[in-house]
Amino acid sequence: MYIDPHVHMVSRTTDDYQRMALAGCVAITEPAFWAGYDRSSPQGFHDYFSVLTDTEPKRAAQYGIAHHTWLCINPKEAEDPVFAREVLEIIPEFLKCESVLGIGEIGLNKNSRNELEILEAHLQLAADHDQMVLVHTPHLEDKRKGTRLIMDAIKNHGVLDPNRVLIDHVEEHTVREVLDRGYWAGMTLYPDTKCTPQRAADIFEMHGTDRLWINSAGDWGPSDPLAVPKCRDEMRRRGHLEATIRKVSFDNPLEFLSQTGRFRTDVQPTR
Amino acid sequence: MPSSPPKLPLSRSAVVDRYFLEHRAKVLDLAAFLDRVDRAKPTDGGSADDFRLVSLRGAIMLLLDGEPERAKRILDLMSDPSTEPIAAAPMKGATGAWDGFKPASARDGENG
Repeated sequence: MYIDPHVHMVSRTTDDYQRMALAGCVAITEPAFWAGYDRSSPQGFHDYFSVLTDTEPKRAAQYGIAHHTWLCINPKEAEDPVFAREVLEIIPEFLKCESVLGIGEIGLNKNSRNELEILEAHLQLAADHDQMVLVHTPHLEDKRKGTRLIMDAIKNHGVLDPNRVLIDHVEEHTVREVLDRGYWAGMTLYPDTKCTPQRAADIFEMHGTDRLWINSAGDWGPSDPLAVPKCRDEMRRRGHLEATIRKVSFDNPLEFLSQTGRFRTDVQPTR
Repeated sequence: MPSSPPKLPLSRSAVVDRYFLEHRAKVLDLAAFLDRVDRAKPTDGGSADDFRLVSLRGAIMLLLDGEPERAKRILDLMSDPSTEPIAAAPMKGATGAWDGFKPASARDGENG
């Protein structure tokens, strides 16, 4: 039994839901993200948020998977602050939905001033509505700088409790600083551009298992919706205790996400 | 109370037994990639050495220095070291390497 706390099922087929369920997935969370193209209007985001809060929970429930979501405009679409603020205005109406866990995945992409301005607007939105936050950190050469800028922005904002914020996509060069500053951290298991299951297991062995989880972030690019069970298998092959494997793939996400009061793992298959 | 990191339960020889062939193949992939770059026709007007290759060679040097935390140090080497936000995002993607990296041998030759 496991939780995949970051996966973009809107980009995946129903077969993937079935495979995940067969591998033991009981719950997922799906942050709002960049769809691979820029949406042309705030109405496009309204439709996207409707899919995340209505369509995907029903699709997941067919296979006994509890679906939850986080809402935002992704930093890749934040370079136009006027447009981004129009999207932010429609988020509060969706925060009433039972499956919405908070604001995410917000953060930075290229570490630009406009991205930072919209990140700060999201932090204020989260504070105004007492929401938890899921943070996206930049890719590749931009990650370390962006991770630090994001943590500084949250600190300077001064309202959000780090224990209610998860900084995602950490790797070897960012994980220690994120944990030391009191945040939760997520490792994304990607074939090329983030952590492999092996490196994630290495990071657990070097940095511990407290406040740290794994996710697939499966989406429309090279990614694997079964990456979490593959990491569990890697840890099992190395001889780690079942309790350790369960902690990083079930107990930790359950502990963090349960702070929302909305997270559940008990959906019966509807098909 | 924070828990201790779970220690790697395998012996050193077990790690080598389990992972050697996989990483032998990765080293050969890397060697073949560098050979392929050398065999390729030079890019018209392009610089002599792509910054990503300069970065990759710097990373390879770190592999052999015998010091710990190689993965972290390679990621650091490939990271943008600046600290201020940039004026505007020039693109959505990332290249994988910081374009300002210079190997130690080049830095040694700099004045001031």
